[in-house]
Amino acid sequence: MSGFAYRRRKTTSTLVLGFCAASALVAVGVLALILGFVLAKGISSLNVDLFTKLPRPEGEPGGGVANSMVGSLLTVGIAALIGIPAGVGAGVFLSEYAGARLGNIIRFTADVLTGVPSIVVGVFVYGMVVLKMGHFSALAAGIALAIIMLPIMARSSEEMLKLVPRSQREAALALGITRWRTILSVIIPAARRGLVTGGLLAVARAGGETAPLIFTALGNPFLSLSVAGGPIDALPLRIYRYATGPYSEQHQQAWAASFVLVMMVFAISLTARLVLTRRR
Amino acid sequence: MAYEMRVEGEAQAAVSEAEALSEGVVVRDLNAWYGSFQALRQVDLLVAPKRITAIIGPSGCGKSTLIRCFNRMHEVAPGARASGQVLLRGEDIYAPGTDPVLVRRRVGMVFQKPNPFPTMSIFDNVAAGLRLNGFLVRRSELVDTVERSLRQAALWDEVKDKPARPATELSGGQQQRLCIARALAVEPEVLLMDEPCSALDPVATLKIEDLMRELAREYTIVIVTHNMQQAARVSDYTAVMMMAEDRAGEMIEFGPTREIFTYPKDKRTEDYITGRFG
Repeated sequence: MSGFAYRRRKTTSTLVLGFCAASALVAVGVLALILGFVLAKGISSLNVDLFTKLPRPEGEPGGGVANSMVGSLLTVGIAALIGIPAGVGAGVFLSEYAGARLGNIIRFTADVLTGVPSIVVGVFVYGMVVLKMGHFSALAAGIALAIIMLPIMARSSEEMLKLVPRSQREAALALGITRWRTILSVIIPAARRGLVTGGLLAVARAGGETAPLIFTALGNPFLSLSVAGGPIDALPLRIYRYATGPYSEQHQQAWAASFVLVMMVFAISLTARLVLTRRR
Repeated sequence: MAYEMRVEGEAQAAVSEAEALSEGVVVRDLNAWYGSFQALRQVDLLVAPKRITAIIGPSGCGKSTLIRCFNRMHEVAPGARASGQVLLRGEDIYAPGTDPVLVRRRVGMVFQKPNPFPTMSIFDNVAAGLRLNGFLVRRSELVDTVERSLRQAALWDEVKDKPARPATELSGGQQQRLCIARALAVEPEVLLMDEPCSALDPVATLKIEDLMRELAREYTIVIVTHNMQQAARVSDYTAVMMMAEDRAGEMIEFGPTREIFTYPKDKRTEDYITGRFG
Protein backbone atom coordinates (compact mmCIF):
# COMPACT_ATOMS: atom_id res chain seq x y z
CA MET A 1 0.00 0.00 0.00
CA SER A 2 1.40 3.37 -0.93
CA GLY A 3 2.03 5.95 1.75
CA PHE A 4 -0.43 8.34 0.18
CA ALA A 5 -3.35 5.93 0.19
CA TYR A 6 -2.54 4.98 3.76
CA ARG A 7 -2.47 8.60 4.92
CA ARG A 8 -5.68 9.30 3.07
CA ARG A 9 -7.41 6.40 4.79
CA LYS A 10 -6.18 7.54 8.19
CA THR A 11 -7.32 11.11 7.55
CA THR A 12 -10.76 10.00 6.44
CA SER A 13 -11.06 7.84 9.53
CA THR A 14 -10.10 10.70 11.79
CA LEU A 15 -12.54 13.07 10.07
CA VAL A 16 -15.47 10.65 10.32
CA LEU A 17 -14.70 9.85 13.93
CA GLY A 18 -14.42 13.56 14.68
CA PHE A 19 -17.77 14.27 13.08
CA CYS A 20 -19.50 11.51 15.03
CA ALA A 21 -17.91 12.56 18.30
CA ALA A 22 -18.91 16.19 17.69
CA SER A 23 -22.50 15.12 16.96
CA ALA A 24 -22.62 13.12 20.16
CA LEU A 25 -21.27 16.12 22.02
CA VAL A 26 -23.98 18.34 20.52
CA ALA A 27 -26.68 15.93 21.68
CA VAL A 28 -25.38 15.94 25.23
CA GLY A 29 -24.40 19.59 25.13
CA VAL A 30 -27.85 20.79 24.10
CA LEU A 31 -29.41 19.10 27.12
CA ALA A 32 -26.77 20.60 29.39
CA LEU A 33 -27.35 24.03 27.83
CA ILE A 34 -31.13 23.79 28.26
CA LEU A 35 -30.80 22.71 31.88
CA GLY A 36 -28.21 25.40 32.60
CA PHE A 37 -30.16 28.12 30.82
CA VAL A 38 -33.46 27.29 32.49
CA LEU A 39 -31.74 27.00 35.85
CA ALA A 40 -29.93 30.32 35.47
CA LYS A 41 -33.07 32.14 34.37
CA GLY A 42 -35.50 30.42 36.69
CA ILE A 43 -33.58 30.08 39.93
CA SER A 44 -34.03 33.71 40.94
CA SER A 45 -37.82 33.40 40.86
CA LEU A 46 -37.89 29.99 42.43
CA ASN A 47 -39.56 30.34 45.82
CA VAL A 48 -42.10 28.67 48.04
CA ASP A 49 -44.88 30.93 46.76
CA LEU A 50 -44.46 29.42 43.32
CA PHE A 51 -45.61 26.08 44.67
CA THR A 52 -48.26 27.29 47.10
CA LYS A 53 -49.86 30.47 45.70
CA LEU A 54 -52.28 31.02 42.86
CA PRO A 55 -51.57 33.46 40.01
CA ARG A 56 -52.10 37.13 40.84
CA PRO A 57 -53.99 39.47 38.51
CA GLU A 58 -51.80 40.47 35.62
CA GLY A 59 -49.29 43.18 36.42
CA GLU A 60 -49.32 42.52 40.14
CA PRO A 61 -46.14 41.05 41.59
CA GLY A 62 -46.05 37.80 43.59
CA GLY A 63 -48.28 34.79 43.37
CA GLY A 64 -47.44 31.31 42.13
CA VAL A 65 -48.51 28.51 39.89
CA ALA A 66 -49.94 26.01 42.40
CA ASN A 67 -53.06 25.64 40.28
CA SER A 68 -50.95 24.65 37.27
CA MET A 69 -49.05 22.02 39.19
CA VAL A 70 -52.24 20.51 40.58
CA GLY A 71 -53.78 20.68 37.11
CA SER A 72 -50.77 18.96 35.55
CA LEU A 73 -50.91 16.19 38.14
CA LEU A 74 -54.62 15.72 37.56
CA THR A 75 -54.52 15.71 33.75
CA VAL A 76 -51.42 13.52 33.54
CA GLY A 77 -52.95 11.23 36.19
CA ILE A 78 -56.10 10.81 34.12
CA ALA A 79 -53.97 10.27 31.02
CA ALA A 80 -51.94 7.58 32.81
CA LEU A 81 -55.10 5.86 34.04
CA ILE A 82 -56.37 5.60 30.48
CA GLY A 83 -53.18 5.43 28.43
CA ILE A 84 -51.09 2.95 30.44
CA PRO A 85 -53.61 0.09 30.72
CA ALA A 86 -54.66 0.56 27.10
CA GLY A 87 -51.03 0.74 25.99
CA VAL A 88 -50.01 -2.36 27.95
CA GLY A 89 -53.06 -4.17 26.59
CA ALA A 90 -52.07 -3.28 23.05
CA GLY A 91 -48.50 -4.37 23.81
CA VAL A 92 -49.74 -7.71 25.13
CA PHE A 93 -51.83 -8.20 22.02
CA LEU A 94 -48.87 -7.37 19.77
CA SER A 95 -46.42 -9.60 21.59
CA GLU A 96 -48.64 -12.56 22.52
CA TYR A 97 -51.54 -12.79 20.12
CA ALA A 98 -51.09 -10.87 16.87
CA GLY A 99 -49.77 -12.80 13.89
CA ALA A 100 -47.00 -11.34 11.75
CA ARG A 101 -49.32 -9.55 9.37
CA LEU A 102 -51.82 -8.09 11.81
CA GLY A 103 -48.94 -7.22 14.11
CA ASN A 104 -47.20 -5.24 11.39
CA ILE A 105 -50.38 -3.32 10.59
CA ILE A 106 -50.87 -2.41 14.25
CA ARG A 107 -47.20 -1.52 14.71
CA PHE A 108 -47.27 0.72 11.64
CA THR A 109 -50.48 2.39 12.86
CA ALA A 110 -48.98 2.99 16.29
CA ASP A 111 -45.86 4.51 14.74
CA VAL A 112 -47.97 6.82 12.60
CA LEU A 113 -50.01 7.79 15.67
CA THR A 114 -46.75 8.64 17.46
CA GLY A 115 -45.96 10.97 14.58
CA VAL A 116 -49.30 12.77 14.53
CA PRO A 117 -48.63 16.39 15.55
CA SER A 118 -49.85 16.80 19.11
CA ILE A 119 -51.82 19.94 18.23
CA VAL A 120 -53.88 17.76 15.87
CA VAL A 121 -54.58 15.39 18.76
CA GLY A 122 -55.74 18.43 20.74
CA VAL A 123 -58.07 19.57 17.97
CA PHE A 124 -59.41 16.04 17.58
CA VAL A 125 -60.26 15.75 21.28
CA TYR A 126 -61.72 19.26 21.14
CA GLY A 127 -64.11 18.06 18.47
CA MET A 128 -64.86 14.69 20.04
CA VAL A 129 -65.00 15.53 23.73
CA VAL A 130 -64.97 19.26 24.46
CA LEU A 131 -67.74 20.15 22.00
CA LYS A 132 -69.82 17.14 23.09
CA MET A 133 -69.46 18.03 26.78
CA GLY A 134 -69.96 21.69 26.13
CA HIS A 135 -66.88 22.83 28.06
CA PHE A 136 -63.15 22.32 28.54
CA SER A 137 -62.09 19.87 31.23
CA ALA A 138 -59.32 17.88 32.86
CA LEU A 139 -60.94 14.78 31.40
CA ALA A 140 -60.63 16.11 27.86
CA ALA A 141 -56.99 17.04 28.49
CA GLY A 142 -56.36 13.62 30.01
CA ILE A 143 -57.84 11.91 26.97
CA ALA A 144 -55.68 13.99 24.65
CA LEU A 145 -52.55 13.15 26.64
CA ALA A 146 -53.60 9.48 26.79
CA ILE A 147 -53.69 9.43 22.99
CA ILE A 148 -50.11 10.75 23.01
CA MET A 149 -49.08 8.07 25.53
CA LEU A 150 -50.89 5.13 23.94
CA PRO A 151 -48.57 4.33 21.02
CA ILE A 152 -45.43 4.94 23.09
CA MET A 153 -46.73 2.64 25.78
CA ALA A 154 -47.88 -0.01 23.32
CA ARG A 155 -44.55 -0.20 21.51
CA SER A 156 -42.42 -0.15 24.65
CA SER A 157 -44.51 -2.79 26.42
CA GLU A 158 -44.42 -4.99 23.34
CA GLU A 159 -40.62 -4.85 23.34
CA MET A 160 -40.43 -5.55 27.06
CA LEU A 161 -42.87 -8.48 26.89
CA LYS A 162 -40.93 -9.96 23.99
CA LEU A 163 -37.81 -10.00 26.15
CA VAL A 164 -39.45 -12.58 28.42
CA PRO A 165 -37.93 -15.89 27.28
CA ARG A 166 -40.14 -18.37 25.45
CA SER A 167 -39.21 -20.98 28.05
CA GLN A 168 -41.29 -19.06 30.60
CA ARG A 169 -44.37 -19.20 28.40
CA GLU A 170 -43.80 -22.88 27.74
CA ALA A 171 -43.30 -23.67 31.42
CA ALA A 172 -46.67 -22.12 32.24
CA LEU A 173 -48.56 -23.57 29.26
CA ALA A 174 -47.17 -27.05 29.95
CA LEU A 175 -48.69 -26.89 33.44
CA GLY A 176 -52.08 -26.53 31.82
CA ILE A 177 -52.30 -22.85 32.67
CA THR A 178 -54.46 -20.91 30.25
CA ARG A 179 -53.01 -18.34 27.90
CA TRP A 180 -54.48 -15.26 29.61
CA ARG A 181 -53.48 -16.51 33.05
CA THR A 182 -49.96 -17.16 31.79
CA ILE A 183 -49.77 -13.62 30.51
CA LEU A 184 -51.20 -12.12 33.68
CA SER A 185 -49.33 -14.16 36.27
CA VAL A 186 -46.07 -15.12 34.58
CA ILE A 187 -45.20 -12.91 31.63
CA ILE A 188 -46.30 -9.50 32.90
CA PRO A 189 -44.59 -10.02 36.30
CA ALA A 190 -41.41 -11.07 34.52
CA ALA A 191 -41.53 -7.91 32.38
CA ARG A 192 -42.79 -5.61 35.12
CA ARG A 193 -39.63 -3.56 35.37
CA GLY A 194 -39.61 -2.74 31.70
CA LEU A 195 -43.32 -1.97 31.79
CA VAL A 196 -42.88 0.44 34.70
CA THR A 197 -40.02 2.14 32.86
CA GLY A 198 -42.11 2.48 29.73
CA GLY A 199 -44.98 3.90 31.77
CA LEU A 200 -42.75 6.46 33.45
CA LEU A 201 -41.27 7.60 30.16
CA ALA A 202 -44.75 7.93 28.67
CA VAL A 203 -45.83 9.97 31.71
CA ALA A 204 -42.76 12.19 31.35
CA ARG A 205 -43.58 12.73 27.70
CA ALA A 206 -47.23 13.58 28.43
CA GLY A 207 -46.28 15.87 31.30
CA GLY A 208 -44.34 18.14 28.98
CA GLU A 209 -46.94 18.33 26.21
CA THR A 210 -48.45 21.77 25.64
CA ALA A 211 -50.22 21.75 22.31
CA PRO A 212 -52.90 19.14 23.10
CA LEU A 213 -53.86 21.12 26.20
CA ILE A 214 -54.64 24.38 24.40
CA PHE A 215 -57.87 22.97 22.97
CA THR A 216 -58.77 20.71 25.87
CA ALA A 217 -57.67 22.11 29.23
CA LEU A 218 -57.77 25.75 28.11
CA GLY A 219 -56.15 27.00 31.30
CA ASN A 220 -57.61 28.38 34.51
CA PRO A 221 -56.11 30.96 36.89
CA PHE A 222 -57.94 29.39 39.81
CA LEU A 223 -57.39 26.10 41.56
CA SER A 224 -59.62 23.38 40.14
CA LEU A 225 -59.87 19.76 41.20
CA SER A 226 -62.79 18.97 38.96
CA VAL A 227 -62.31 16.12 36.52
CA ALA A 228 -65.11 17.01 34.16
CA GLY A 229 -66.39 20.31 35.54
CA GLY A 230 -64.54 22.94 33.57
CA PRO A 231 -61.23 24.37 32.36
CA ILE A 232 -58.10 23.38 34.20
CA ASP A 233 -54.55 24.67 34.25
CA ALA A 234 -51.32 22.84 33.52
CA LEU A 235 -47.66 23.79 33.86
CA PRO A 236 -46.75 23.84 30.17
CA LEU A 237 -49.88 25.86 29.45
CA ARG A 238 -49.06 28.39 32.18
CA ILE A 239 -45.49 28.71 30.91
CA TYR A 240 -46.80 29.34 27.41
CA ARG A 241 -49.28 31.99 28.68
CA TYR A 242 -46.72 33.80 30.79
CA ALA A 243 -43.91 33.63 28.28
CA THR A 244 -46.03 35.13 25.53
CA GLY A 245 -47.48 37.86 27.78
CA PRO A 246 -46.07 41.36 28.18
CA TYR A 247 -45.28 41.31 31.92
CA SER A 248 -41.72 40.78 33.11
CA GLU A 249 -43.03 39.44 36.43
CA GLN A 250 -44.77 36.66 34.49
CA HIS A 251 -41.69 36.05 32.34
CA GLN A 252 -39.74 35.37 35.51
CA GLN A 253 -42.37 32.97 36.78
CA ALA A 254 -42.43 31.25 33.40
CA TRP A 255 -38.70 30.60 33.74
CA ALA A 256 -39.13 29.26 37.24
CA ALA A 257 -42.04 27.07 36.18
CA SER A 258 -39.99 25.83 33.22
CA PHE A 259 -37.26 24.83 35.60
CA VAL A 260 -39.73 22.94 37.78
CA LEU A 261 -41.22 21.20 34.74
CA VAL A 262 -37.83 20.22 33.35
CA MET A 263 -36.74 18.88 36.72
CA MET A 264 -39.94 16.86 37.05
CA VAL A 265 -39.51 15.27 33.64
CA PHE A 266 -35.83 14.73 34.38
CA ALA A 267 -36.64 13.06 37.72
CA ILE A 268 -39.19 10.76 36.11
CA SER A 269 -36.76 9.74 33.37
CA LEU A 270 -34.06 9.12 35.95
CA THR A 271 -36.42 6.98 38.04
CA ALA A 272 -37.32 5.02 34.93
CA ARG A 273 -33.65 4.37 34.27
CA LEU A 274 -33.05 3.29 37.86
CA VAL A 275 -36.00 0.91 37.81
CA LEU A 276 -34.64 -0.74 34.69
CA THR A 277 -31.03 -1.09 35.75
CA ARG A 278 -31.41 -1.79 39.45
CA ARG A 279 -30.16 -5.22 40.40
CA ARG A 280 -32.59 -7.68 41.84
CA MET B 1 -18.81 -50.21 23.28
CA ALA B 2 -20.38 -51.61 26.42
CA TYR B 3 -23.38 -50.07 28.08
CA GLU B 4 -24.09 -50.14 31.77
CA MET B 5 -27.64 -51.45 32.09
CA ARG B 6 -30.11 -51.49 34.83
CA VAL B 7 -30.04 -54.87 36.48
CA GLU B 8 -33.17 -54.80 38.57
CA GLY B 9 -35.94 -57.15 37.54
CA GLU B 10 -36.29 -59.58 34.70
CA ALA B 11 -35.65 -58.71 31.12
CA GLN B 12 -38.55 -56.58 29.94
CA ALA B 13 -41.05 -58.09 27.60
CA ALA B 14 -42.41 -56.09 24.70
CA VAL B 15 -45.04 -53.52 25.63
CA SER B 16 -48.53 -54.92 25.35
CA GLU B 17 -50.89 -52.77 23.39
CA ALA B 18 -53.71 -53.46 25.82
CA GLU B 19 -51.61 -52.15 28.69
CA ALA B 20 -50.61 -49.00 26.81
CA LEU B 21 -54.23 -48.42 25.79
CA SER B 22 -55.67 -48.68 29.27
CA GLU B 23 -53.01 -47.00 31.39
CA GLY B 24 -50.30 -45.63 29.12
CA VAL B 25 -49.97 -43.82 25.83
CA VAL B 26 -50.52 -45.17 22.33
CA VAL B 27 -49.22 -43.21 19.35
CA ARG B 28 -50.64 -44.07 15.96
CA ASP B 29 -49.53 -42.72 12.60
CA LEU B 30 -48.38 -39.42 14.07
CA ASN B 31 -47.18 -36.77 11.64
CA ALA B 32 -46.00 -33.30 12.58
CA TRP B 33 -45.11 -30.23 10.58
CA TYR B 34 -43.52 -26.84 11.08
CA GLY B 35 -45.09 -24.83 8.28
CA SER B 36 -44.46 -26.91 5.18
CA PHE B 37 -41.56 -28.84 6.72
CA GLN B 38 -42.51 -32.31 7.90
CA ALA B 39 -40.69 -33.02 11.14
CA LEU B 40 -42.30 -36.37 11.99
CA ARG B 41 -43.59 -39.09 9.69
CA GLN B 42 -45.89 -41.96 10.60
CA VAL B 43 -44.64 -42.51 14.11
CA ASP B 44 -46.14 -45.39 16.07
CA LEU B 45 -45.23 -45.99 19.68
CA LEU B 46 -46.55 -47.77 22.77
CA VAL B 47 -45.71 -46.13 26.07
CA ALA B 48 -45.99 -48.60 28.96
CA PRO B 49 -47.53 -47.30 32.18
CA LYS B 50 -45.24 -46.79 35.18
CA ARG B 51 -42.18 -47.42 33.07
CA ILE B 52 -39.55 -45.16 31.60
CA THR B 53 -39.53 -44.93 27.83
CA ALA B 54 -36.48 -43.28 26.31
CA ILE B 55 -36.45 -41.69 22.89
CA ILE B 56 -32.97 -41.50 21.40
CA GLY B 57 -31.56 -40.46 18.07
CA PRO B 58 -29.23 -37.97 16.45
CA SER B 59 -29.82 -34.21 16.66
CA GLY B 60 -32.71 -32.91 14.63
CA CYS B 61 -34.40 -36.29 14.22
CA GLY B 62 -37.65 -35.09 15.81
CA LYS B 63 -37.31 -36.48 19.35
CA SER B 64 -38.42 -33.27 21.00
CA THR B 65 -41.13 -32.69 18.44
CA LEU B 66 -42.48 -36.16 19.21
CA ILE B 67 -42.87 -35.66 22.95
CA ARG B 68 -44.18 -32.15 22.43
CA CYS B 69 -47.03 -33.83 20.58
CA PHE B 70 -47.84 -35.84 23.73
CA ASN B 71 -49.08 -32.75 25.57
CA ARG B 72 -50.00 -30.67 22.55
CA MET B 73 -47.17 -28.24 23.14
CA HIS B 74 -46.02 -28.77 19.56
CA GLU B 75 -48.78 -26.56 18.24
CA VAL B 76 -47.68 -23.63 20.42
CA ALA B 77 -44.96 -22.82 17.87
CA PRO B 78 -46.30 -20.64 15.05
CA GLY B 79 -47.27 -22.64 11.98
CA ALA B 80 -46.87 -25.99 13.74
CA ARG B 81 -49.50 -28.72 13.33
CA ALA B 82 -49.88 -32.45 13.76
CA SER B 83 -52.04 -35.28 12.49
CA GLY B 84 -52.64 -38.79 13.73
CA GLN B 85 -53.57 -40.15 17.12
CA VAL B 86 -52.10 -39.90 20.57
CA LEU B 87 -54.23 -41.97 22.92
CA LEU B 88 -53.85 -41.04 26.56
CA ARG B 89 -55.47 -43.88 28.52
CA GLY B 90 -57.35 -44.73 25.38
CA GLU B 91 -58.57 -41.19 24.76
CA ASP B 92 -57.32 -39.37 21.65
CA ILE B 93 -55.88 -36.01 22.69
CA TYR B 94 -56.07 -34.89 19.06
CA ALA B 95 -59.78 -35.67 18.79
CA PRO B 96 -61.73 -32.63 17.52
CA GLY B 97 -62.93 -30.43 20.35
CA THR B 98 -60.24 -31.53 22.80
CA ASP B 99 -58.96 -28.60 24.83
CA PRO B 100 -55.13 -28.62 24.83
CA VAL B 101 -55.16 -26.87 28.21
CA LEU B 102 -56.90 -29.86 29.78
CA VAL B 103 -54.50 -32.27 28.06
CA ARG B 104 -51.53 -30.39 29.54
CA ARG B 105 -52.94 -30.73 33.04
CA ARG B 106 -52.81 -34.50 32.60
CA VAL B 107 -49.38 -34.62 30.97
CA GLY B 108 -46.57 -32.81 32.78
CA MET B 109 -43.40 -31.65 31.10
CA VAL B 110 -39.85 -30.89 32.16
CA PHE B 111 -37.71 -28.94 29.73
CA GLN B 112 -34.12 -28.98 28.59
CA LYS B 113 -33.09 -25.92 30.53
CA PRO B 114 -34.49 -25.50 34.04
CA ASN B 115 -37.17 -22.83 33.73
CA PRO B 116 -38.54 -21.96 37.15
CA PHE B 117 -40.61 -18.78 37.26
CA PRO B 118 -38.00 -16.17 38.22
CA THR B 119 -40.46 -13.82 39.87
CA MET B 120 -41.78 -16.51 42.21
CA SER B 121 -40.47 -18.10 45.39
CA ILE B 122 -39.62 -21.79 45.66
CA PHE B 123 -42.99 -22.47 47.27
CA ASP B 124 -44.92 -20.42 44.72
CA ASN B 125 -43.21 -22.19 41.84
CA VAL B 126 -44.42 -25.57 43.04
CA ALA B 127 -47.85 -24.16 43.87
CA ALA B 128 -48.12 -22.36 40.51
CA GLY B 129 -49.87 -25.20 38.68
CA LEU B 130 -52.59 -25.41 41.31
CA ARG B 131 -52.99 -21.70 41.90
CA LEU B 132 -52.89 -20.46 38.34
CA ASN B 133 -55.20 -23.21 37.16
CA GLY B 134 -57.77 -21.67 39.44
CA PHE B 135 -58.19 -24.80 41.53
CA LEU B 136 -59.68 -23.65 44.79
CA VAL B 137 -57.47 -25.25 47.36
CA ARG B 138 -57.15 -24.50 51.03
CA ARG B 139 -53.85 -23.13 52.20
CA SER B 140 -53.17 -26.26 54.27
CA GLU B 141 -53.83 -28.47 51.25
CA LEU B 142 -51.53 -26.34 49.17
CA VAL B 143 -48.79 -26.61 51.78
CA ASP B 144 -49.22 -30.39 51.85
CA THR B 145 -49.12 -30.66 48.07
CA VAL B 146 -46.00 -28.53 47.84
CA GLU B 147 -44.25 -30.62 50.48
CA ARG B 148 -45.29 -33.90 48.86
CA SER B 149 -44.13 -32.70 45.43
CA LEU B 150 -40.80 -31.44 46.76
CA ARG B 151 -40.24 -34.76 48.55
CA GLN B 152 -41.09 -36.69 45.40
CA ALA B 153 -38.59 -34.54 43.54
CA ALA B 154 -35.94 -35.23 46.21
CA LEU B 155 -35.58 -31.53 46.88
CA TRP B 156 -37.44 -31.17 50.16
CA ASP B 157 -34.44 -31.50 52.46
CA GLU B 158 -32.53 -28.85 50.56
CA VAL B 159 -35.27 -26.21 50.50
CA LYS B 160 -37.54 -26.90 53.48
CA ASP B 161 -35.93 -24.05 55.45
CA LYS B 162 -36.28 -21.48 52.71
CA PRO B 163 -39.54 -21.93 50.80
CA ALA B 164 -39.94 -18.17 50.46
CA ARG B 165 -36.55 -17.61 48.79
CA PRO B 166 -36.56 -16.85 45.07
CA ALA B 167 -36.32 -19.97 42.93
CA THR B 168 -33.48 -18.41 40.98
CA GLU B 169 -31.16 -18.76 43.99
CA LEU B 170 -31.07 -22.53 43.58
CA SER B 171 -28.34 -24.32 41.63
CA GLY B 172 -29.05 -25.64 38.13
CA GLY B 173 -29.68 -29.19 39.33
CA GLN B 174 -31.91 -27.98 42.15
CA GLN B 175 -33.83 -25.77 39.73
CA GLN B 176 -34.43 -28.75 37.48
CA ARG B 177 -35.72 -30.80 40.42
CA LEU B 178 -37.90 -27.82 41.35
CA CYS B 179 -39.33 -27.93 37.83
CA ILE B 180 -40.01 -31.64 38.31
CA ALA B 181 -41.76 -30.88 41.62
CA ARG B 182 -43.76 -28.15 39.88
CA ALA B 183 -44.89 -30.63 37.23
CA LEU B 184 -45.74 -33.30 39.83
CA ALA B 185 -47.82 -30.93 41.95
CA VAL B 186 -50.72 -31.08 39.51
CA GLU B 187 -50.59 -34.90 39.67
CA PRO B 188 -50.10 -35.66 35.99
CA GLU B 189 -50.73 -39.07 34.49
CA VAL B 190 -47.63 -38.90 32.34
CA LEU B 191 -44.37 -37.01 32.84
CA LEU B 192 -42.48 -35.89 29.75
CA MET B 193 -38.82 -34.99 30.07
CA ASP B 194 -37.12 -33.25 27.18
CA GLU B 195 -33.37 -33.77 27.66
CA PRO B 196 -33.75 -32.87 31.34
CA CYS B 197 -30.04 -33.26 32.11
CA SER B 198 -28.44 -31.65 29.10
CA ALA B 199 -27.76 -28.41 31.01
CA LEU B 200 -26.56 -30.17 34.18
CA ASP B 201 -23.24 -31.44 35.52
CA PRO B 202 -22.66 -35.21 36.00
CA VAL B 203 -23.49 -35.21 39.72
CA ALA B 204 -26.77 -33.37 39.22
CA THR B 205 -27.47 -35.65 36.26
CA LEU B 206 -27.08 -38.79 38.39
CA LYS B 207 -29.39 -37.31 40.99
CA ILE B 208 -32.09 -36.71 38.40
CA GLU B 209 -31.63 -40.22 37.03
CA ASP B 210 -32.06 -41.76 40.50
CA LEU B 211 -35.10 -39.59 40.92
CA MET B 212 -36.56 -40.80 37.65
CA ARG B 213 -36.23 -44.43 38.75
CA GLU B 214 -37.97 -43.51 41.96
CA LEU B 215 -40.77 -41.70 40.12
CA ALA B 216 -41.28 -44.57 37.70
CA ARG B 217 -42.93 -46.49 40.54
CA GLU B 218 -45.90 -44.16 40.25
CA TYR B 219 -45.59 -42.30 36.99
CA THR B 220 -45.40 -43.07 33.32
CA ILE B 221 -42.28 -41.30 32.10
CA VAL B 222 -41.10 -40.48 28.60
CA ILE B 223 -37.61 -39.04 28.34
CA VAL B 224 -35.87 -37.61 25.31
CA THR B 225 -32.12 -37.84 25.55
CA HIS B 226 -29.16 -37.48 23.25
CA ASN B 227 -27.14 -39.37 25.80
CA MET B 228 -27.25 -43.07 24.98
CA GLN B 229 -25.63 -44.08 28.25
CA GLN B 230 -28.42 -42.29 30.03
CA ALA B 231 -31.08 -44.11 28.02
CA ALA B 232 -29.36 -47.41 28.78
CA ARG B 233 -29.08 -46.59 32.50
CA VAL B 234 -32.57 -45.38 33.25
CA SER B 235 -35.06 -46.60 30.70
CA ASP B 236 -37.14 -49.75 30.42
CA TYR B 237 -37.98 -49.20 26.78
CA THR B 238 -36.12 -47.37 24.07
CA ALA B 239 -37.34 -45.90 20.83
CA VAL B 240 -34.75 -44.97 18.20
CA MET B 241 -35.46 -42.19 15.76
CA MET B 242 -33.65 -41.21 12.58
CA MET B 243 -33.97 -38.58 9.95
CA ALA B 244 -35.17 -39.71 6.54
CA GLU B 245 -33.77 -38.32 3.29
CA ASP B 246 -36.14 -35.35 3.42
CA ARG B 247 -35.15 -34.69 7.08
CA ALA B 248 -38.48 -35.91 8.43
CA GLY B 249 -38.09 -37.87 11.68
CA GLU B 250 -39.05 -41.52 11.62
CA MET B 251 -39.06 -44.19 14.28
CA ILE B 252 -36.82 -46.99 13.15
CA GLU B 253 -36.82 -49.27 16.15
CA PHE B 254 -38.61 -49.70 19.42
CA GLY B 255 -38.33 -52.32 22.12
CA PRO B 256 -37.05 -53.18 25.59
CA THR B 257 -33.93 -51.14 26.28
CA ARG B 258 -31.77 -54.22 26.85
CA GLU B 259 -32.67 -55.62 23.45
CA ILE B 260 -32.12 -52.34 21.64
CA PHE B 261 -28.66 -51.95 23.13
CA THR B 262 -27.57 -55.57 22.88
CA TYR B 263 -29.31 -56.97 19.82
CA PRO B 264 -30.41 -54.04 17.67
CA LYS B 265 -32.43 -55.31 14.74
CA ASP B 266 -31.90 -52.29 12.53
CA LYS B 267 -28.44 -51.64 11.08
CA ARG B 268 -28.85 -47.91 11.62
CA THR B 269 -29.58 -48.43 15.31
CA GLU B 270 -26.44 -50.49 15.63
CA ASP B 271 -24.38 -47.85 13.87
CA TYR B 272 -25.85 -45.16 16.07
CA ILE B 273 -25.42 -46.85 19.43
CA THR B 274 -21.91 -48.01 18.58
CA GLY B 275 -21.05 -44.40 17.89
CA ARG B 276 -20.48 -44.70 14.17
CA PHE B 277 -22.47 -41.52 13.60
CA GLY B 278 -24.81 -39.06 15.27
